[in-house]
Amino acid sequence: MQRKGTVVIAMSGGVDSSVSAALLVEQGYTVIGMMLTLWSEKGYEAENRCCTPDSLRLAKMVAAQLNIPFYVVDAKKPFYDEVVTSFIQDYQSGITPNPCLKCNRLIRWGLLFGYAKEMEADYFATGHYALIQRDRSKQCQLLRAKDKTKDQTYFLHVLNQSEMEKTLFPIGNLLKSEVRQLAVQFKLPVAIRKDSQDLCFLSGADYRDFLMRNAPNSIQPGNIYDKNHHLLGEHKGLAFYTIGQRKNLGVHSPKPLYVVKKDLENNSLIVGDKEDTLRRDFTVSGVNWLSGIPKKSRIHLGIKVRYQAPILDGYLNLEENNIVKVQLDDPYYDITPGQAAVFYQNDCCIGGGLITEEKD
Amino acid sequence: MKNKPVIYLDYSATTPMDETVLKSMYPYFSMDFGNPSSIHHYGQKAEQALEESRNTIASFLGCKSQEVIFTSGGTESDNLALRGVALARKKDRSANHILISPVEHQAVSSTAKQLNQLFGFELELLKVDRFGMISPEQLRQQIRDTTALVSIIYANNEIGTVNPIPELAKVCQEYSVPFHTDAVQATAYLPMDTQALGIDLLSIGAHKFYGPKGVGLLYVKENTPILPIQTGGNHERGLRSGTPNIPYIVGMAAAINLVQTHQPEWIKELTPLRDQIIHHTLTNIPGSQLTGHPSLRLPNHTSFVFEGIDSQKLLMLLDLEGFACSSGSACKTGNHLPSDVLLTLGFSPQLALSSLRVTLGKETTQAHIEQFLVTLEKTIAKICSRKT
Ligand SMILES: Cc1ncc(COP(=O)(O)O)c(C=O)c1O
Repeated sequence: MQRKGTVVIAMSGGVDSSVSAALLVEQGYTVIGMMLTLWSEKGYEAENRCCTPDSLRLAKMVAAQLNIPFYVVDAKKPFYDEVVTSFIQDYQSGITPNPCLKCNRLIRWGLLFGYAKEMEADYFATGHYALIQRDRSKQCQLLRAKDKTKDQTYFLHVLNQSEMEKTLFPIGNLLKSEVRQLAVQFKLPVAIRKDSQDLCFLSGADYRDFLMRNAPNSIQPGNIYDKNHHLLGEHKGLAFYTIGQRKNLGVHSPKPLYVVKKDLENNSLIVGDKEDTLRRDFTVSGVNWLSGIPKKSRIHLGIKVRYQAPILDGYLNLEENNIVKVQLDDPYYDITPGQAAVFYQNDCCIGGGLITEEKD
Repeated sequence: MKNKPVIYLDYSATTPMDETVLKSMYPYFSMDFGNPSSIHHYGQKAEQALEESRNTIASFLGCKSQEVIFTSGGTESDNLALRGVALARKKDRSANHILISPVEHQAVSSTAKQLNQLFGFELELLKVDRFGMISPEQLRQQIRDTTALVSIIYANNEIGTVNPIPELAKVCQEYSVPFHTDAVQATAYLPMDTQALGIDLLSIGAHKFYGPKGVGLLYVKENTPILPIQTGGNHERGLRSGTPNIPYIVGMAAAINLVQTHQPEWIKELTPLRDQIIHHTLTNIPGSQLTGHPSLRLPNHTSFVFEGIDSQKLLMLLDLEGFACSSGSACKTGNHLPSDVLLTLGFSPQLALSSLRVTLGKETTQAHIEQFLVTLEKTIAKICSRKT
């Protein structure tokens, strides 16, 4: 049999990474399974979504069944230092962070990818729903997965060319339903876990409780105003609110009110009508271009402003220092500082960055 | 990279069962399956096997047969010794002070901690030198009339250091304090005559010397105050109830026979290999340090720390290159924490996370060691070069 090379696959005991590993074995790669254990809050370890002892057990069983070596890397400290600390800091500075981006950047494609290199593996694979296409000039392009409802390119726009070159997404061209079927066909012992959008280290609980326990002094009550600066009530701490939030504002009003803005300087929360959260223009900073900076400084393409949002049409105006001014064709709700805005030309993810606070 | 045969260099974790041991066990699974408490023929056959095994082991330990209590392994033996003696001494004489070394296996240290937290015992740790050794003088300074029990490991699983058990036992005798030693790592390689050792209790686990896993024993000298921690049908002199695991006990006795026959030859063969690993590593690998004593250590045991190396990574790479080693500490997979033993000996947390334990056994050959040393050197050089 022709040698296809060695792949390190990041395993989690879940169906996606398990099927990915099985496919790689079937395709004739030499496969090494690895799993990270990430940080959990003390006392809540059992509830961590992706590295409970149970998922570790499952991942080991899958690896044993596939007859591949399997190693566990303790990434608790780097995960805490890089991901959790900045998660707390971001909330303290009034933005709504997306820690999965940092984790992909620094832990998965940082630490684990580094291990793969150290093992002299030819490739690094994960169970993400995304595709990588290599064009004739050896440039890699990140493409949306076949299963558009599961596509995870939003979280992967932080990669670079040398990482994409070595990365494989074995299930990117499959539908979730097909992946589930394959798990059955391969007789993989994966648990039926529901897909969850929760952050792994929040133990399925609300991030607000987590902040209360881990950064209590960052939570200062303040005033709630409407846009005309009428005092409406008191908030419990800005970190407890996100843009567009309607529930639990604690303000009595005849019509529904939404969080429009967090004024960190004055520690006040500005609320208004749904329409007040509509925005057409916003700034994206720290933009990473997956296949190089676009040649034109103004382009019309698709923009995703949060993982669950549809791809919106709009213009990018490229500025210096990896900053992009976005101008949507139609205003959109709840553009939230701290979340990523990711750019698509048809199915190709060309890059993205973080939505920044507007100064006015 | 894959499908290479993996050379086993982790005999301190466990050993492959010897062919003769396996054969000795076969009849007792199905043919002679009886319960030794039964009156009939089957029971008698089982009891015979049980008592013959006990005699074999007693003669190896230089003790009376009734002083051998069969258990499910080293961990249970340690638990029975500590909890059983501490509670008996508290009941009889209100002794409430437990003295252990800070380099005990968790089977001892966690049990002692629980006795401290739930049963009101005062727990004191003995001072050790930088090799993890306890001196009789130090013990004399810390022992009291009210000490319920002293427990000091015979040979350390992580760092291989051997303690002067006979001298330590003398101090305990002067104070009439029961003395327990965990001899789980020592059994295959060190003097095991209980009279000469002068101890009151001694733990053994069969799988460290080519016997089966899940079986062990506690030597309990006659008249040692001890209470059962597992109660029931009063098996094993009432100290360990539960129908004895006959095939495994028979296997353990066969493994003890093996030790008795081969101990001198194992020591003679493995000591130079051990010293070759130590010498070669310290000479050729920059930033390497030996942990534990340079000479007063198990003949099959080497252990190191390497500046700037992450032992998780080192162990994976070695495994992929075909060598099965360990970091030495008994930490759960996925929890890479510095070993308490190494921290106690004054290693920094960083260095403690760079530990490697290479332990040998009867299948180890000179050729294995030579291949291993080449790979170790290359692998460490590779990790170091990647970093800059
Ligand atoms: C010194 C020591 N004590 C006790 C034990 C526990 O033995 P077991 O796990 O077989 O019960 C071990 C084995 O790791 C050991 O090395």
